[in-house]
Amino acid sequence: MAAHQTNLMTIHQDDIAKLCRLAQIALDDGERAATNADLDKMIQMIDVLQSIDTDGVEPLAHPLDAAQRLRADEITELVDRDRYQASAPAVQDGLYLVPRVL
Amino acid sequence: MDAFASLGQLARALNHGDFSSVELAQEHLARIEASNPTLNSFITVSAEHALTQAAAADERIAAGTAGPLTGLPLAHKDIFCTDGIRTSCGSRMLDNWIAPYDATLVARLNDAGMVTLGKTNMDEFAMGSSNENSYYGPVLNPWDPTRVPGGSSGGSAAALAAGLVPIATGTDTGGSIRQPAAFCGVCGLKPSYGRVSRYGMVAFASSLDAGGPLARDVADLARLMPLIAGFDPRDSTSSEQPVDRLEALALNLDESAAMLPPGLTIGLPEEYFADLDGALAVCLDQARATLEKLGARCVDVSLPHTAAAIPTYYVIASAEASTNLSRYDGARFGHRCAHPTNLDDLYQRSRSEGFGREVKRRILTGTYTLSVGYYDAYYVKAQRVRRLIRDDFLRVFEDVDLLLAPTAPNPAFPLDQLLADPIRMYQQDAFTVPASLAGIPALAVPCGMIDGLPVGLQLMGPHFSEVELLEAGMAFQTETDWHQQHPEATG
Repeated sequence: MAAHQTNLMTIHQDDIAKLCRLAQIALDDGERAATNADLDKMIQMIDVLQSIDTDGVEPLAHPLDAAQRLRADEITELVDRDRYQASAPAVQDGLYLVPRVL
Repeated sequence: MDAFASLGQLARALNHGDFSSVELAQEHLARIEASNPTLNSFITVSAEHALTQAAAADERIAAGTAGPLTGLPLAHKDIFCTDGIRTSCGSRMLDNWIAPYDATLVARLNDAGMVTLGKTNMDEFAMGSSNENSYYGPVLNPWDPTRVPGGSSGGSAAALAAGLVPIATGTDTGGSIRQPAAFCGVCGLKPSYGRVSRYGMVAFASSLDAGGPLARDVADLARLMPLIAGFDPRDSTSSEQPVDRLEALALNLDESAAMLPPGLTIGLPEEYFADLDGALAVCLDQARATLEKLGARCVDVSLPHTAAAIPTYYVIASAEASTNLSRYDGARFGHRCAHPTNLDDLYQRSRSEGFGREVKRRILTGTYTLSVGYYDAYYVKAQRVRRLIRDDFLRVFEDVDLLLAPTAPNPAFPLDQLLADPIRMYQQDAFTVPASLAGIPALAVPCGMIDGLPVGLQLMGPHFSEVELLEAGMAFQTETDWHQQHPEATG
C-alpha cells in the first residue's frame, strides 16, 4: 500500500531513504529504524489536521497577514570577505573549497 | 549584594555608588563559575569581554552619560550572534562558530551599556521543551536538580532562578521563553511577532520565531523591552509599530503601585482548563481570584481550534526548519566532516555528524510535509488551520482584553522521562503554541508551587498589547510573592 493512496499514516523504508536524500542526511541502520518509528508517530499526530474543515479558508503564511517589505535596490553595506570567511572550514584566494565536482 | 536583587534594585544601587559595574560583573561571574559545573546553564562564559564592557560602563556612569540599564549584567541565549564570542546554538554544528557580527538585539543592549556575562545553554537550534537536546548536555533545574528546566531557553531560565544573572534573553518559537520560565519560577515575555528584530538570531521557524526577555519579576521585563523592541530594517518582517508606550512604561516604572487598567476583562479559554491537573487548576483559580480582587472581570470564553495547534505547529515549524537548516552544508561555516570524498559526502556526513537526533527528526518531518504529493495535504492544510487558530483569538479579543491560561500542563518533569517519546514531549507545548501561531504576545508569570516546584500562569493579549500584559503582570505581583521565592541550593 503506497503511503499516499489510501491514507497518509504510514511511512516506508523507501520513503525514509528518499527523505534522507532530499535533506542530505545519512542515517546508519540503527538510526534508520528509530527514525522510521518516530516519523510514523509524527505523521499520525499531524494527520489529525485532515479532519478539520478548512473549506474556503485561505492559508496564513504571516501571522499578521503582512506582505514582504520592499526597499530601494541600493548598496547599504559592504561585505568584508576575509572577515566573513574566517569561520569557513577551507578557503583559498577568497573561494570556498569543496571536493572536486568535475 | 543580594543574588536575587532585581534589575531595578541593582540599577539604583549602581547609580548610588554602592558598587561599580566591574564589581557587579565580578560577583556574578564568580557565582556562575561556582555553579556551572553542576547546573550547566551557560555554554560560554565571556568573563574578559564582560569586564571590558563593565569598565566602559563605569566610565559612562562617572561621565554622566549612562542610560537606565548601563553597567547591569545580563546573559544571552546562545542563539543570538555575538561578535567575537562563540554562538553555538546548542549544536555541534556551530561548536566552532564565532559570528562576525552582533544580532540587533545584542547590539542595542551593548549600546545601552549592558554587560554580557555569557551565552546560556539551550536545546539544539531551539528545538525542545526540556533542554535535554543540547550538544553541551542538559541544564538542571535549580529547584530540583533531578528535573529539567524546560526548553528551549532553559539555560536563561535556570540562571535566573539560581541567582546567576538579573536578566537574560531568550527566544520563543512555540513556548521556548514561557515554558522554561514557568518551570523555573521566573517571568518571561514572548513579544508579538515582528516586535523584536530577528536579525542575528539563528533562524529556526521564521514565521514564528520571537526574541524576548526573561527576568525574576515582570517590572524587569518592562525595563528591558523598550531597548530590544522596535523596527529594524535588517529584518524583513520587523514591525514598524511604535514603541513609545513601552518606553513610557519603563520610564515611569513604579512596580509597587502597579494597577490593572480600569474595567479590564480577562477571558479564561475553556479548552485550556478542560483536563487540567487538579493542583494546577487550584493555582489558576487562585490567580483568577487575585486578578478579580485587583478589579478585573473574568469570563469564560472558547477558542475552539486549540486542540489543532500542536499538529499545526509541528507541520509549520518543521517545514520552516528544514528550509532554514539547509544552510548548514559543511562548505561555508560550521562543522565539516573529515576527508569528504565528494560533494554529496561532504553535505551528508557534515550534517549527519553536526545535527543531533531531534534536529534530524524535525528536518526529515519538514522535508516530508514539503515534498511533492504531501505539500497541500500537510503544509498548506496547516497554514489554513493556522488562520482558524488566529481568527479564534481575533474573535475573542472583540469581547475580552486579555486571556488567562496555564503556561504548561505540569511542573518540571524528571530528566530522561520524555526523551524517548517525542510526541508526549511535544504535548508540553499545548498551551504555548497557539499564541505563537497567532503571533500574539504572551507573558508567563509564577502563580504557585506544586510539591516544591513552581508553576506559571500565562496572559495572552491582542497583537502589540505588550504594555497591557506587563501592566497586568506587575499588578498581579503586587498581590503575590511567588516571584520572590527562590530555590535553596543553587548547585
